Formats: sequence, C-alpha cells, structure tokens
Amino acid sequence: MSLQAMTYLVVGMTFALYIGIAIWSRAASTKDFYVAGSHVHPVANGMATAADWMSAASFISMAGLIAFMGYGGSVFLMGWTGGYVLLAMLLAPYLRKFGKFTVPEFIGDRYYSKTARIVAVICLIVASVTYVIGQMKGIGVAFSRFLEVDYNVGLVIGMGIVFVYAVLGGMKGITYTQIAQYCVLIFAYTIPAIFISMQLTGMPIPQLGLGSTMAGSEVYLLDRLDMVLTDLGFAEYTTQARLSYLNMFVYTMSLMIGTAGLPHVIIRFFTVPKVKDARSSAGWALVFIAILYTTAPGVAAMARLNLIETINQPDGTQLVYAERPTWIKKWEETGLLAFEDKNGDGRITYAADPEVNEAVKIDRDIMVLANPEIAGLPNWVIALVAAGGLAAALSTAAGLLLAISSAISHDLLKGVFTPDITEQQELLASRVAMAFAILVAGYLGFNPPDFAAGTVALAFGLAASSIFPALMMGIFNKNMNKEGAIAGMVAGLGVTLLYVFQHKGIMFIASTSFLGDMPENWFLGIEPNAFGAIGALINFAVAYGVSKVTAPPPEHIQHIVEDIRVPHGAGEAISH
Amino acid sequence: MSQKADYWKANLRLISLCLAIWFVVSFVFGIILVEPLNNISLGGYKLGFWFAQQGSIYVFVALIFFYANRMGKLDREHDVHEDKDV
Repeated sequence: MSLQAMTYLVVGMTFALYIGIAIWSRAASTKDFYVAGSHVHPVANGMATAADWMSAASFISMAGLIAFMGYGGSVFLMGWTGGYVLLAMLLAPYLRKFGKFTVPEFIGDRYYSKTARIVAVICLIVASVTYVIGQMKGIGVAFSRFLEVDYNVGLVIGMGIVFVYAVLGGMKGITYTQIAQYCVLIFAYTIPAIFISMQLTGMPIPQLGLGSTMAGSEVYLLDRLDMVLTDLGFAEYTTQARLSYLNMFVYTMSLMIGTAGLPHVIIRFFTVPKVKDARSSAGWALVFIAILYTTAPGVAAMARLNLIETINQPDGTQLVYAERPTWIKKWEETGLLAFEDKNGDGRITYAADPEVNEAVKIDRDIMVLANPEIAGLPNWVIALVAAGGLAAALSTAAGLLLAISSAISHDLLKGVFTPDITEQQELLASRVAMAFAILVAGYLGFNPPDFAAGTVALAFGLAASSIFPALMMGIFNKNMNKEGAIAGMVAGLGVTLLYVFQHKGIMFIASTSFLGDMPENWFLGIEPNAFGAIGALINFAVAYGVSKVTAPPPEHIQHIVEDIRVPHGAGEAISH
Repeated sequence: MSQKADYWKANLRLISLCLAIWFVVSFVFGIILVEPLNNISLGGYKLGFWFAQQGSIYVFVALIFFYANRMGKLDREHDVHEDKDV
C-alpha cells in the first residue's frame, strides 16, 4: 500500500474513533458541556489532561526545535513539565475545593468584582487565542504534508476539521475522546523513537539510547553528534545554551508558571470527584506527559544526526540533489523545506556558514513528522505519526476552544451582561464564540509569529504574567483585594503584551513591529517568548503594592479563603 | 480554628520543601550549575545536560506523588479530610 493510502487509512480510522466517541457521549446539559459532571477517575483524568496538554507544540514541534537548539531546548522540557509541580501544590486542590466551572468565575468571586472577572476573561482569551495559533501552525504542517498540498491549503482544511470537532462535543465528549487521543499520540510518538533508537544504538529505550554508544562502535551517540556538528561549524549540541543562562532561566520559569496559569489545564481539575484526587490527578497527568517528554530528547538528537548523515553521507560525499530521497521531494512541495544549489555542483552542502549552506529552509516543525521517513521506517509507522500529530493538535485546540467559548458564554454573557439567558442560548453563544476563535487563530496562523512551539511559548508567557499570580494570591494571601488583583493582572499582561508586540509586531503582524526582533533590542537579552516570568513578577509587585494602600477585602471573602484551604466539605462543581 | 491554622502551616512547610527540591533539580542543576556538572558523566550523558533533559522530569513526577501522599496524611491528622461526614 502506498504511503498516502496508508496515511488516509490510519488517520481516517483514528478520526472515526474520536467522532464516534464524541457522538456517543454528546453533551446534553450545560453542566455536562463544561465539566463532565465531576465523575472522572484521577488516572483517566490524568490521561485526558495529558492529551489536552500535549499539543502540536509538544508532539510536532518540540523535538524539532530541540534538534536544532541542543541543550538550549531544555527550556521546553523542564518548563512544560515543572509547571505541574506548581499546579499540584499551589492551585489545583484549592480551585477544586472552590467548586466552580471556570477560572474567571473563581477570580470574579474571590475578588468580589465583576470587573476582575472581565479582566480575567480578557487575559484568558489573549493567552488561549495565541495558543490556538500555534496549534493551527502544527495542523497546517501536518495536513500540507499528508494531503501533499501547500501549507496554507493545509491550514484551511485543518480549521474546518477543528471546527466540526470542537463544536460537536463539550467536555464530556472531549474527556473520553482525549483518552483515546492520548493512546494514539503516545503510541505514535514512542514507536518510531524505539525503532530509531534500535537502529542507531541497539538500545530500544530512547531514554537510555540517548546515553548509549553508537551501534557497533565505542563512541557515545551524543559525543558523535557534538563532533559532527562542530565539524560543520555548528555549536556543540550538549552545551549550546539558548542565548544566555539568564534567558534560559527566565524562559523556563515563564513556561512553568504559564502551565499553572492556562485555563484549559486548570479546568481539568474541576472535573475530579475530590480535592485529594486533584492532587494525584496532577501527578498522573505528569506521568503520562513525562513518557513523551523524556522520549523527546532522544528523538531530537537522533533526528538531527540522521538528517546530517542523509545530506553529508558517512562515506564523506554530499547528497546529489537529483538523487534526493522521496521525503525531501514531498516536503519541498509544502514549501517548508528548500534547497538552493549555490555553488552549482549538483550536491547539497549543509553547514553553519550561511554563505555556503544550501539547505536554505528547514522548518523545525517538519522534523518529527519527517523523522521516520528520514530513518527509512515502514509506511505504517509514518502514517501513525501523522495520526498522532493530528490527535495532539486537535485535542488541545478543542480544549482551548472550550475554555475560550465558556469564558465568553458563561462568564461574560451569563455571568455579567445577560444573566437571564437560557441554557440553549448559552450553548449557542459558546459555539459561535468557538467558530469566531477558530477564524481569528486560523487567519493569524497564515503568518505565525514563530514555530509552533515558539508561538505556544508566547501564549504561556501571557498566561504566566496575568492569570497565575491572581490565582495564587487569591489562595495564599488572604488580604489580597480586588484593586490589587485587577491592577496586577492589567500590569502583568500589559507589560508582557507590549514587550511581545514591540518585537513581534502588533497582533503578531510582523510589519508592525516597532522594535526589531533581535537580541540587541531585548531587555537584558531576554527574548519575547521568555518574558512572561518578568511580567508575572511585575504583576505580583503591583498587586502587593496596590493592596497595601487600598481597603482590605470584606470579612466573608477572608472566610472563603480560609475555607478553600481545607479539603473538608468539598461538594461537586456548582454553578451559582 | 487553630486546628485549621496548624494544618495550613504544615501544608506551607511541605510546599516549601517540595519547591526547594523542584528549584534545585531544574534551575540549579539544569541551568546555573550546568557547566561544572557537565564535567561528570552518566553513561554517554554529561550530568548537567542529563538533569536538564531527563533527570528533572523524573524528580517532578516523584515530587507530586510525595506531596499528594503526605497531604493525604495531613488531612487525616488534622481531621479536615473530605470523608468526614460521609
């Protein structure tokens, strides 16, 4: 069977499975739509959270970025896992005890203010839409390759599928489909990794293979990669820092606190039966995430090595362009991979020096999808990776769209502007909001601000600087009042957005960037993707300062805070 | 009331301990001290690189389960657990 037919078959089968589950468990009431009736077991919830969490950024993009960033790529690995420690200890159990549907609802109640709730909705939408842009990039890449069309066409097809998918089911549909998606994506990620690790090192476990010697030799794989890269003029893989250690520190911190501030993940912990389960659910989610995240470094290093050895063959000659393998031709059609024969010798030269380098465009986001083809694995493995990448992108896009739509229909309309709206109208409004969010994110996805994982990192920075501090202070500081929280959120989000927009362009439209996106213009050399941690610091400082000079919160609010600190008396998630 | 206050203090102590470990394995071993640690090797891995790309993640998983387990005990010791009225 040809690769394309095989891909249609595998992708089609997995889609039929998800849609089948979505229809089987179609959301009937608003409560089911948002939180699946609070009856999800911690292990099942952990698995669904993992699928929700691991998006196109983790599956399609991250290992490709690490492949080119080497040690510097560690910011993604530590940042996107370490946040769960914060979530489990600082937020999840208390928000579960509080027992509401959405993050802005908590902020509105805790800070006894509709204004606070509206500000939280705005922060949530800004962060989530940015996140969806990253997913759209990933979906566009995957569809363009497997339908053999241009990236932009792939993106439009992806938008259509996300729309049908997210609008069909609510959270309940999504919880069960996400368990199925987790299984598909983790299988799709680890199988090729095991094959490639076997090929290169003879060790089937990629986590150990990365630290092993090359098959049939005494040289360690990482040492070999370091050597090959330095020969071509690149930085050494295992020591290449991302700009500076300070930048890496801030970047990692930003991703960690962003993890704990992203509404589509937090909302997951409202669906477990008990406070106790919220703690262990975070642990289970991280177990399932860690399986992929500890495999990714192996995938990254091995993909880079295989790519180099395809172009600079081990016998010392360079790849003849006319004899290039099929995978190169197919990716060239998408516009995401390009070569230019600068010296006219008919061979491809790959080197660090831009004057000599002929691999003029290698989009990082193609690496994971191309990896099994580069390694010459069987067609069914390649098809499986496509299905896995789409599962990752779809599940996260759906979770985010749900968070966006519930913020608009539940928090803005029902909670603030039109409280007497009926359940049907609320559901309709949430679906319209989803459709609108897909259009905006899709439109911005034609010219994404960065690779998928970079775009997603921006979203984390925005969540880190706005939502996380407000939630944390709401639980750990009894005296934090509405003035402080609102000022903090506005300052944190404002500073971060300003920093991102001045370098990346207003609304990520690059031509409107008024300070170029280059290290000389960055504050202390911190890149825009990493700035969320600084924004969060500003948020904390402003909130603390303002709360000191304004009236303390009313007594009943202080009692609420005392109450959410103890598990006793937790009911189900309720609407008010 | 003081029961609740004691419980909260014990919780904060536990969180501080866990977050100290969280900080050391990622930010200290993985970033700040990565260069000296890289002089030590763990199989084919340089140790600092290993913490940044593997080790820290394993420690994070262990930390959350450790915390969940200890909190479960604290809930009962201070009689604030959820099954109280059932």
